[in-house]
Amino acid sequence: MSDPINSEIRKNTASGKDVVLEMRNITKSFGSIIANKNVDLTVYRGEILAILGENGCGKTTLMNMISGIYYPDSGEIYINGEEVVIKSPKDAFRYKIGMIHQHFKLVDVFSASENIVLGVNDGKKYNIKNVNNRVREIADRYGFNIDPKKKIHEMSVSEKQTVEIIKVLYRGADILILDEPTAVLTPQETEKLFDVLRKMRDDGKSIIIITHKLHEVLAISDRVEVLRKGEHIATVNTSETSESELTEMMVGKKISLNIERTEPKNPELRLAVKGLSGKDAEGTDILKNISFEAYSGEILGIAGIAGSGQRELLEAIAGLQHPESGDIIFHNPKKNKPVTFFHKDLHRVKELAAKGAFHYEDGSAVSFSGMSNKKIRELVNSGKVLFNEDEIIDLRDKTPLQIKELGIRLSFVPEDRLGMGLVGNMDIVDNMMLRSYRKGKSVFVDRSKPDILAGEIIKELDVATPSAHTPVRRLSGGNVQKVLVGREIAVAPKVLMVAYPVRGLDINSSYLIYNLLNKQKENGVTIIFVGEDLDVLIELCDRILVLNSGKVMDIVDGRKAGKEEIGFLMTKTDTYAANNSEEEAKINGNN
Amino acid sequence: MDKLINYLLSAIPLGMTFLYGSTGEIITEKVGQLNLGLPGIMCVGAAGGCMTLQLLSGTSLPGVLVVTIAIIASFLSAAAMGLIYSFLTVTLHANQNVTGLALTTFGVGTMKFIMSKITAMASASGTRYLYAIKYFRFPFADNTTFKYCGVMVFLAIIIAIVTSFVLNRTRVGLHLRAVGENPATADAMGINVTAYKYVATLVGSGIAGLGGLFYIMDYAGSQEAYLGISALGWLSIALVIFTLWKPVVSIFGSSLFGMLYVAGSYIPSIKELHVSMKATPILDMLPYVVTIIVLIITSATKKKENQPPASLGLSYFREER
Repeated sequence: MSDPINSEIRKNTASGKDVVLEMRNITKSFGSIIANKNVDLTVYRGEILAILGENGCGKTTLMNMISGIYYPDSGEIYINGEEVVIKSPKDAFRYKIGMIHQHFKLVDVFSASENIVLGVNDGKKYNIKNVNNRVREIADRYGFNIDPKKKIHEMSVSEKQTVEIIKVLYRGADILILDEPTAVLTPQETEKLFDVLRKMRDDGKSIIIITHKLHEVLAISDRVEVLRKGEHIATVNTSETSESELTEMMVGKKISLNIERTEPKNPELRLAVKGLSGKDAEGTDILKNISFEAYSGEILGIAGIAGSGQRELLEAIAGLQHPESGDIIFHNPKKNKPVTFFHKDLHRVKELAAKGAFHYEDGSAVSFSGMSNKKIRELVNSGKVLFNEDEIIDLRDKTPLQIKELGIRLSFVPEDRLGMGLVGNMDIVDNMMLRSYRKGKSVFVDRSKPDILAGEIIKELDVATPSAHTPVRRLSGGNVQKVLVGREIAVAPKVLMVAYPVRGLDINSSYLIYNLLNKQKENGVTIIFVGEDLDVLIELCDRILVLNSGKVMDIVDGRKAGKEEIGFLMTKTDTYAANNSEEEAKINGNN
Repeated sequence: MDKLINYLLSAIPLGMTFLYGSTGEIITEKVGQLNLGLPGIMCVGAAGGCMTLQLLSGTSLPGVLVVTIAIIASFLSAAAMGLIYSFLTVTLHANQNVTGLALTTFGVGTMKFIMSKITAMASASGTRYLYAIKYFRFPFADNTTFKYCGVMVFLAIIIAIVTSFVLNRTRVGLHLRAVGENPATADAMGINVTAYKYVATLVGSGIAGLGGLFYIMDYAGSQEAYLGISALGWLSIALVIFTLWKPVVSIFGSSLFGMLYVAGSYIPSIKELHVSMKATPILDMLPYVVTIIVLIITSATKKKENQPPASLGLSYFREER
């Protein structure tokens, strides 16, 4: 970090003081949520400015106001000293501002050049060969590697990002904003990107990079602007700060929320995840050798920057994704409990019986030998056949239906409530039936039980709805969440996984959800809680697992851990250590 | 041999009906609008053109002008259908499939109504719009091969080539395809998505409408011909898939479809082939069977370039928070 040449350049740009962009007193709110409050920002020519902050601190919103996606509620923006109004991305281009979004905006079946020239109307005759040449010129100038004729769908993520950057340069941008550019890159690609960015800075461009990775801030930026909960906290010169100082500014002091938390009662091992690894749709490693254990009667929090593998982990446990390696061992507390799952899977029951896994109420061993299938069904249905021991099942490669048929009560409240959790156009009763439609033997579904359940949920969770037959998409966010959580709790789960359950909820609904979770915890349910607000995680969870780019950094005690500690674990990236642990995993895997 | 030549001379001009329809539909689909109203639009195009010709029957305009006016009228009346479709699907975000199917029903009905009006007008004035058929032929065509194919056959091929050029070689074409593939990206790059969708749908519908006029005035040349147009419209939609959204390929594809379409009536009449008349229904199935086969092959190969435009059939809402 203390590279002498780099610090030399930093000094020079700091003394240059040629202001290209200034934001004064910017405020922006979405409904009742304030995304940015009285934020000031100054950008100089030929510098790299890092905008640092946690998830949801308003970094991206602030930048979207410069690039014309959002329009500020109040405040002024100056470019080269003149006040400007930026109402659309087109305006932003006119002021030579270009933003590279986290989610690429590219047309898959077009070539790089076609994407780059899209929307450009420079009055010249359209000729793709000329475009190809200009793209090559730009690439040579800054050291990009790109084939202008290559189709986007044949490209790697880093190539796509290159196209996005050239797209902005092609339009003559002087101010480049990059939203978490390294999130999708390997360390080598990141290093290459940084080289390019440095070349652009030396060429007089101003670069704003949004990030929450501290080591990258220190490696690339000249100055750092820290935001927290939508507000400007500090602006510091990178050469004069340290990782710990930045972490402190980023997470701030702890705020007390007074969420009640009881001690877990007789914790039993319920879920053991061992060495789980998997890739996402793009083929990048999203889960890296994840191992942890979750016990009954506890809330296990999962903290991490968005996109660190939380979603993939929960979906893998729920059977929605199939990881490449590792095990998800579920300990079903079945000792001395009747066998219940039989009619879906007679074969499995027979197999277990042959191994001597069952006994009768009086303690004698069960043997099905010589019995007809019908007889076995009757016997098991009568509830007289009991398990000897708790059942231990590997859930990896099981589908949600298979998991259910194994008699495992696993509930999942996904992040995307109306996308994955509920069907927006169906009413509350029908949404209840999504869980019970396979029950009963008749060809007709049983509507009466879901109807009763819907009524109970509306009453007990105080769902504000005209009736149980209102389509759920018409309910407010908090009520939608109550319906979803209510349905998932109603099956009396052994494991309850919730992802960002209070996102978008007001304070009262949030506390209602916390109380519901605490009640489940007292009933001995294992709760896995993925959250983004560290204050909530620290007050609600018994233990907190910190994920960082798909790896488990540590599992800390929720009662003792500090906010800074977790914040640091979430954001630090030690490339050397990461490579090392991957190698270790490989060696372990081979053994 | 004569029979084979007759067969081709009947089949290929018929194919031009498909070429108009498919070129129009390709333009529409390339911008992301799946217009299943095509059969209705072709019907309305035919009705608009015929009505204009009927109205012109008393005047003494030169033939070239009569044909030009009829073509323009046909284009505009079909484009009006495109306007209805665009308003419903782009501005009001109605479901494209439902809107298209409704438009087909509407178009077929409208045509039947207009045609009955034309018949009434014709019996009153004594001249029928079919008088103009001679103007759709080339003046020198009497005893040459050209007597089978008139002006509009060549117009269809020209339109297909120009469309292909515009789509692939111009900025407008690039923007149009971008809207059909990824409207959010196009929007972010400052392209007016709504305008592109409207204009492409209107132009595409207009071109398809010419197919209807062509079929009546050039190919069939009879009073009852209009009853067959909607079936040809459905085949034009199938042809779009068959040609993988490429207008130039459609020139050959439409000729092939023309051959397959008339195979049922020609092949059994060739005695050397020993095909029974009973096989006619099977031969009539050919264009549909071929389309299904092509669909299976292109879906199985999964080559990105051969897939439909990515946002085909989807409404575009600008993202808001």
